[in-house]
Amino acid sequence: MSNQSPKRIIPIKLERKTSLSADDQKAVHDSCARLKALPGALLPILHDVQSALGFVPKDAVVIIAHELNLSRAEIHGVISFYHYFRTEKPGRHVVQLCRAEACQSVGAVALEAYAKRTLGIDFHGTTADGAVTLEAVYCLGNCALGPSAMVDGRLQGRVSPERFDALIAAARQPS
Amino acid sequence: MSITKIFVSGDAAARGVGADETAAAIMALAETRGIGIQLVRNGSRGMLWLEPLIEVETAMGRVAYGPVASGEVASLFESGFITGGAHRLAHGLTAEIPFLKNQERLTFARVGLTDPQSLQDYLQHGGNRGLAAALKMQPADIIKCVTDSGLRGRGGAAFPAGIKWKTVLGASGAQKYIVCNADEGDSGTFSDRMLMEGDPFVLIEGMTIAGLATGATRGYIYLRCEYPDAHRALNAAIATAYSNHYLGADIQGSGRQFELEVRLGAGAYICGEETSLLESLEGKRGEIRFKPPLPAIEGLFGMPTVINNVITLASVPIILDRGAEFYRTFGMGRSRGTLPLQLAGNIKYGGLIEKAFGLTLRQVLYDFGGGALSGRPIRAVQVGGPLGAYMPESQFDTPLDYETFAALKAMLGHGGMVVFDDSVDMAAQARYAMEFCTIESCGKCTPCRIGSVRGVEVIDRLCAGESPAKQEVLLRDLCETMIHGSLCAMGGLTPYPVISALNHFPEDFTA
Repeated sequence: MSNQSPKRIIPIKLERKTSLSADDQKAVHDSCARLKALPGALLPILHDVQSALGFVPKDAVVIIAHELNLSRAEIHGVISFYHYFRTEKPGRHVVQLCRAEACQSVGAVALEAYAKRTLGIDFHGTTADGAVTLEAVYCLGNCALGPSAMVDGRLQGRVSPERFDALIAAARQPS
Repeated sequence: MSITKIFVSGDAAARGVGADETAAAIMALAETRGIGIQLVRNGSRGMLWLEPLIEVETAMGRVAYGPVASGEVASLFESGFITGGAHRLAHGLTAEIPFLKNQERLTFARVGLTDPQSLQDYLQHGGNRGLAAALKMQPADIIKCVTDSGLRGRGGAAFPAGIKWKTVLGASGAQKYIVCNADEGDSGTFSDRMLMEGDPFVLIEGMTIAGLATGATRGYIYLRCEYPDAHRALNAAIATAYSNHYLGADIQGSGRQFELEVRLGAGAYICGEETSLLESLEGKRGEIRFKPPLPAIEGLFGMPTVINNVITLASVPIILDRGAEFYRTFGMGRSRGTLPLQLAGNIKYGGLIEKAFGLTLRQVLYDFGGGALSGRPIRAVQVGGPLGAYMPESQFDTPLDYETFAALKAMLGHGGMVVFDDSVDMAAQARYAMEFCTIESCGKCTPCRIGSVRGVEVIDRLCAGESPAKQEVLLRDLCETMIHGSLCAMGGLTPYPVISALNHFPEDFTA
């Protein structure tokens, strides 16, 4: 290019308005501070934020982008690629139902229909009382004892409709 | 007072059917009754239909009871199970149960026998002997041993492990890496999970040996996030290995270094493809890479990288310990050693079966598996995960061997077998294969990304009876395009279950 003028640096300001509480902001900053020196730090940070907050809020992305010197678009691209990361607050309990072949062979399709009907939600939905979010999962490595589900990170095998009801009832119990 | 050793598996599958509750009931009742016990949470023996399985150590050996729900524990105490007493859930000596007795356990030698988190148990049961041997050998000799053993990648592609390692040894780079592919996403497979939970030290040992052989000083285990139990088991074992100098800057006083860390995936099936996995480890979207360059030349962060499946790496210690000749005496043809099979789905006796290559599908399904769980005839078996072919009864006499399966346009893959009885709708299974590809495609190449969507549509039209002859031609043509035009196995193999279902079960594809 001809007529080169000295590069003007446009200062980038962090958005001041955020929907995150002070505690949540601190949690995101802490995750970044602890993990950002790792090679390939983005996934560990996203995992850490999701396990602290239950999801990766849009405003957390702003902080992570700043800390890792990445664009928000890049981080959005990563979050949206992976099924596990979510950007909306889930219910108090997350129930993952396995949809894969081994579970299909022992009734997973019927269980899925039963779960959606009794909870009144589709996959990725949350019940009206905010208790349960239903997610699909493709194999939990429990293929000889299906149908399988995972409730709040705990594997459950041989999930009949009756057992599903019991698991949901237990999850809904105030702890 | 004598102390009786009692084993209740801590494996996720056992916990999923109540092993924790059973263990708690045993502890509580033993205390009430003033009986001294030591409860060990071992890995699973792999007889998953017997979980929760209780084993009691007696002078005769370990006696098995199962499946024992927590409500049954009191009756076990009544029957004197502490001394191996008779009970309707008793199965005699665990080691004599035919499902277990008829196996050849090399890689899984310790799984279910030991306390997975006890380094002492590990060492007492032959652990770290492979590492000790490797520490006295030159890198090229370690690689020669692995090559001579005939070990091929157990993740599915069956590439000779020694050749991959040799490439990395010969490549130059400031930092080399050992990456363990623990993204076991194929439905019907759980051997990686069972091994990582049931004997994590053997994976650490195998990876360390790979590091010594190739000059890599850093390793990552890329673990799927659907396996939280394995995550805890690996992290705890790695911490123990570090504090006992089996990992770190100076392994067992040799001056050799190997650092190891677990990284979690995030629910993307495609990240089991090696280049996609490397992208994910680098913190990016898990889109596959073009090959070449091979990961052995330019892998993680652009550096020479060994990337192997869990079972491949965990099979290395016994090869170094017992020698290449020992390992290669097992198996048939070019498939040497053993394969940990996973018998799953609608099957009476499902679980893990480690056997030398060469037994037939029928032996697995009926001699080990006892037929379908439902009691109905077995109609189809999907071997090798969601990208594997559906095999009909007429192919049940096929021996388990990589080349024999390939000749049938099927694949042995990671050794998972999903059984379906005669109530299965094979058109629905074919449709699901395409649907799964639409959900899990990384999107980089068109045949996979678009082809799978079109595949679902064509199967729907075919089954709705809209000019079916034309739709079938179209479906077969689409599958050809996906097989030859896709960048990786996701799009390239999705047609396998589709075409095999269409070829062997055409009657299901009608309106």
